Amino acid sequence: MRHLLDTRTLSREDALRILDVAEDMADTQRREVKKLPTLRGKTVVNLFFEDSTRTRISFEAAAKRLSADVINFSAKGSSVSKGESLQDTAQTLQAMGADAVVIRHGASGAPRTLATSGWISAGVVNAGDGTHEHPTQALLDAFTIRKRRFGADSRGRDLAGIRVTIVGDVLHSRVARSNVWLLTTLGAHVTLVSPPTLVPQDVSRWPVEVLYGLDEALAREPDAVMMLRIQLERMNAAYFPTEREYSRIWGLDARRASALPADTMVLHPGPMNRGLEISAEAADSARSTVLEQVANGVSVRMAALYLLLAGAGPDDRNAADEESPR
Amino acid sequence: MTQSPPTATPERLLFRGARIDGAAAADILVADGLIVEVGVGLSRNGATEIDVDGLVALPGLVDLHTHLREPGYEASETILTGSRAAAAGGYAAVFAMPNTSPVADTAGVVEQELALGEAAGFVTVQPIGAVTVGQKGERMAELGAMADSRARVRVFSDDGFCVWDPLIMRRALEYVKAFDGVIAQHAQDPRLTEGAQMNEGAVSAELGLTGWPAVAEESIIARDVLLAEHVGSRLHVCHLSTAGSVEIIRWAKKRGVDVTAEVTPHHLLLTEDLVRDYDPRFKVNPPLRREEDVRAVREGLADGTIDIVATDHAPHPAEAKACEWGAAANGMVGLESALRVVQHAMVDTGMLTWADVARVMSREPARIGRLAGHGTPITVGHPAHLVFHDPAPMRTFGTADLEGRSVNSPYLGRELPGVIRWTVYGGLVTVADGAVLDRPGVRS
Repeated sequence: MRHLLDTRTLSREDALRILDVAEDMADTQRREVKKLPTLRGKTVVNLFFEDSTRTRISFEAAAKRLSADVINFSAKGSSVSKGESLQDTAQTLQAMGADAVVIRHGASGAPRTLATSGWISAGVVNAGDGTHEHPTQALLDAFTIRKRRFGADSRGRDLAGIRVTIVGDVLHSRVARSNVWLLTTLGAHVTLVSPPTLVPQDVSRWPVEVLYGLDEALAREPDAVMMLRIQLERMNAAYFPTEREYSRIWGLDARRASALPADTMVLHPGPMNRGLEISAEAADSARSTVLEQVANGVSVRMAALYLLLAGAGPDDRNAADEESPR
Repeated sequence: MTQSPPTATPERLLFRGARIDGAAAADILVADGLIVEVGVGLSRNGATEIDVDGLVALPGLVDLHTHLREPGYEASETILTGSRAAAAGGYAAVFAMPNTSPVADTAGVVEQELALGEAAGFVTVQPIGAVTVGQKGERMAELGAMADSRARVRVFSDDGFCVWDPLIMRRALEYVKAFDGVIAQHAQDPRLTEGAQMNEGAVSAELGLTGWPAVAEESIIARDVLLAEHVGSRLHVCHLSTAGSVEIIRWAKKRGVDVTAEVTPHHLLLTEDLVRDYDPRFKVNPPLRREEDVRAVREGLADGTIDIVATDHAPHPAEAKACEWGAAANGMVGLESALRVVQHAMVDTGMLTWADVARVMSREPARIGRLAGHGTPITVGHPAHLVFHDPAPMRTFGTADLEGRSVNSPYLGRELPGVIRWTVYGGLVTVADGAVLDRPGVRS
């Protein structure tokens, strides 16, 4: 694997490979000494143009547990407002000898631009770009669903037949996009539930079902419900009238949560708005996977970094190069 | 380059064997800046003979929509470099959009542009005046002063911005009737396109880029044709890009509304699928649309609903495109590639003849812009603005094809047919055997 830019173009085989390597990584994390020597001497740069403490420390923990050197580069603000361009930042990292760049950027497509521009030879991991994708989040969600469902028997399995309902602001959610592609690639059936203003205008080519009513979706007893974080600035942009109304119609309140089948899991990528899209009862219940997701995030990111930096032989790299244009 | 007199003297030139508007071969004799004889087997009569056997001869092209960036943004283009790019593309006249710095909203600025164009001498540079002061959409600029200036402005546009306030649009449409002017509208509802990055649809949904919906263009065009009808004014619609817009123009023309419309070469050829790699060369406003929109604008151009092809040549410095999609500037250079793209999209597909190309790229843009002495047929007594184009070669478009200061072309690396061999502006050769001359009319 040369880069991890999206789940849209990730094959089922590659996705399962990452998930299975993540299982191995998770096993090592139960040992007393968690650190592996695998990436000793490699340098991983966390290049964050947006604040995201959670994602950054998850990648940082993953890299450190593989013995890589980690540089955190926080370039808050966009390239235009800050003055330095993505190109100059990338070339600086190249000069410092970065082997992998984990990038979080507010502009959709920035990781692809970084990977295909020729500014840098490092492998690129997309840690969330604009409203496009957040592939490691989807991988950790898939890992979590698989682990809950199959436990120790998870390796090699896909998500065939598993029904996942994703609820919230799909329009602006990179988590939703990455999950739509990855979960369906793995055989899951995905339903999106959202106010009509927060679904993209044309999702006819998405392999999903779209519903506007949460109660209707929950009545179908899905295996997993994923609640997306609602950003309050959406309310100001008139996507919905008030917080209260959103919460009433699309929030996973105590009543809705308790009506779900006992084994239906509830996922949330965090950070949660308790009382808005998710109630405390749902977030803290046994069906909530929120903390498992955090733990699994480290394993999945270890797997991604491992496959980028240690797992690929020279032939593999060339094959991946040919896939990316320019 | 040797020192030359400020004005080159027009030569007597005899072009042998050109297919005028693509028809049977004939010779064209040019003297004193005019076409003095057209026919088969003309005698040389002291003229310099130029073999254009089998090349398509068209009247010098006229671009109603060019951004020359001077004054203010000379890092992207100057009137001189843009004029050279125009000559390379077969143009004899370009209309310069007013989004310069300062904005061309006064007689002083448009006269300065006119003078710089005359000094460059490669094409007629006809300034377009801003509709509103500073293109801010708040109050009308001194349109009359620009019309009465030496630049004789007849086309007014806030291009880049839509004249969104319906009352200001109505007043502007009415006001320019006093001097036979026209408002060229950049049709884009600003509220419906806040933060817009690409065409809204299936591809934007996937790429997570904020959508620029077709309705934001169509609703303004619909409003404007109704306004133009109500006040009996002339309206020109810039760079129309959607199937729905074509339908609205067709409907308006059927009703007798005095409306004309343009399409860019890139909207005749390229689709939104090119955005998938987030390569900012394909970022443009209005954005690249769907395959069905491309089909509709081609059909609209073929059936006369769309009157002209205009380039929207928009040069940008390298750093404005060497960045993430969201930070990149909108726009593509287009003067050098326009005729080749039109051949590819319209002529080679059988949708337009070369005579049609002369109409949509020369005669009609000159007429809409009320630019005298351009867009005239290749017949005796008319100004000698000519382009000789070889439609046969199929070549990869590259930076060597670009004569302007910027290289933000969407066609780099793409196969395009044709090559412009000679361009003549007012009897002066500006492009000789495929190369732009250092000075018009001066061949070494």
